[in-house]
Amino acid sequence: MDTDVLVAWFAETARLVHRERERLTDLDAAIGDADHGSNLDRGFSEVARALATSPPDTPAQVLATAGATLIRRVGGASGPLYGSVFRQMGKSLTSPVTLAGFAAAFEEGVVAAERLGKAALGDKTMVDALVPASRALALAVRDGVGVREAFEQAARAAADGAKATIPLQARKGRASYLGERSVGHEDPGAASAALLMAALATVVA
Amino acid sequence: MKKLINTAESVVDDALNGMAAAHPTLRIRDRVVYRAEGPRRGKVGLVSGGGSGHEPLHAGFVGHGMLDAACPGEVFTSPVPDQIIDATRAVDGGAGVLHIVKNYTGDVLNFEMAAELVEGVDVASVLVDDDVAVQDSLYTAGRRGTGATLFVEKIAGALAEEGAPLARVAAVAGEVDDRSRSFGIALTSCTTPHAGKPTFDLPETDVELGIGIHGEPGRARVPMASARELAGIAMEAVHGDLPLRGDLLVMVNGMGGTPLMELYVVFAEVAAFVRGKGARVARSLVGNYVTSLDMQGFSVSICLLDDPLTRLWDAPVETPGLRWGR
Repeated sequence: MDTDVLVAWFAETARLVHRERERLTDLDAAIGDADHGSNLDRGFSEVARALATSPPDTPAQVLATAGATLIRRVGGASGPLYGSVFRQMGKSLTSPVTLAGFAAAFEEGVVAAERLGKAALGDKTMVDALVPASRALALAVRDGVGVREAFEQAARAAADGAKATIPLQARKGRASYLGERSVGHEDPGAASAALLMAALATVVA
Repeated sequence: MKKLINTAESVVDDALNGMAAAHPTLRIRDRVVYRAEGPRRGKVGLVSGGGSGHEPLHAGFVGHGMLDAACPGEVFTSPVPDQIIDATRAVDGGAGVLHIVKNYTGDVLNFEMAAELVEGVDVASVLVDDDVAVQDSLYTAGRRGTGATLFVEKIAGALAEEGAPLARVAAVAGEVDDRSRSFGIALTSCTTPHAGKPTFDLPETDVELGIGIHGEPGRARVPMASARELAGIAMEAVHGDLPLRGDLLVMVNGMGGTPLMELYVVFAEVAAFVRGKGARVARSLVGNYVTSLDMQGFSVSICLLDDPLTRLWDAPVETPGLRWGR
């Protein structure tokens, strides 16, 4: 895994988020404030532009640029939270990048978001897709599967995690204001986290 | 949905350009709204901010006796740390800066990041969380900051104008939040420029109880009722959380799409409710102050006043959105 793969990951994420922005905004309209799609579309297209304008030399730089851009440009909760995932990943990632190294850095990134958002698994947030993805990566490393299969498993785990937020009552974020009325809706943050993992699986396929 | 905009992408900047053109007392730079005259030596600076779409909050409250700077984000999206850092540095007159933050996950995260990153400025912050519709428990993000934000900004602003030190301004700001409660009811949803359609469907026959200020659905949906009944529901919720007593500051706030006439109808019912509980409307405000774009509906906010707070409320203020005594 080299710098180009990570740049491609963010380009693909930007493409997926742009394509799915209305769905993300509709999910957010049901239990939040109807801006998740447009905010992430703006944020990830800025990331793609930043990476294209000044191409980074190392994988860690790609992640640092992505993290800083999201924190500086998105606002809301998703900007700092996604920004922290990538910023922490950038700090943790060692060269050359192996699957084990990527999985470990990703886990630290997810922990950073959990800590910042004070959210845990089952609170109906992006964590519900990120943590299963991180666990899938760790299992893939343990079982010695290849990069492509590992990322496919992580993408599936994230998608399943996002769907599994539907019956949950939100305990964090704006959806928590709705109490029981948040039940029955997929969490938009978990849905966008699943897109992020789907993009990763696509670029190594 | 028809909107008076050029593009959804440019709506925040276009509106800020309009504010700058309309109000020479303001100076707008890099998405921060400042007082044109700049910081005053020895005065605590007040910075607030939040998503756009709540106008006149916050930018309309920049001026003498209230905020020194406001950081508007995208519609319903908190500002980014860079804006808050710029604002904090620019308004510091050597006495430190108070951040007034509405309790939403995004606002809290971005203000916290900014406070950590800004160096060389003494920063304190106060969290506004007045909305009784949200249970303050481990199972929510905590109560939302809504109408009482105006109370906090006005009263803390008056105290800062008098030259009080940062710790005292922060303490009184927190006290105002502690003494304030709000509850909102929506007759319609609102339409963000990006989505172009109402955030939620609300039939003609129903209203949403316990809404916030972002067009998010509320705690419950009930059949439409008279202004008296709806005002009663809102005031019972407030009174049930903080029993009304003594002198009150009472605001009936429009959500952006409700005629002032109807807000006065509501105010009459609110005032009758207050009298019924043996309390007194000592100060009042009726109008669109903390809005949710084009939403129809109202929120009611109360603050339990004492003499010092009443004096600070009465102190001169000169901002685009609130102005008296000067």
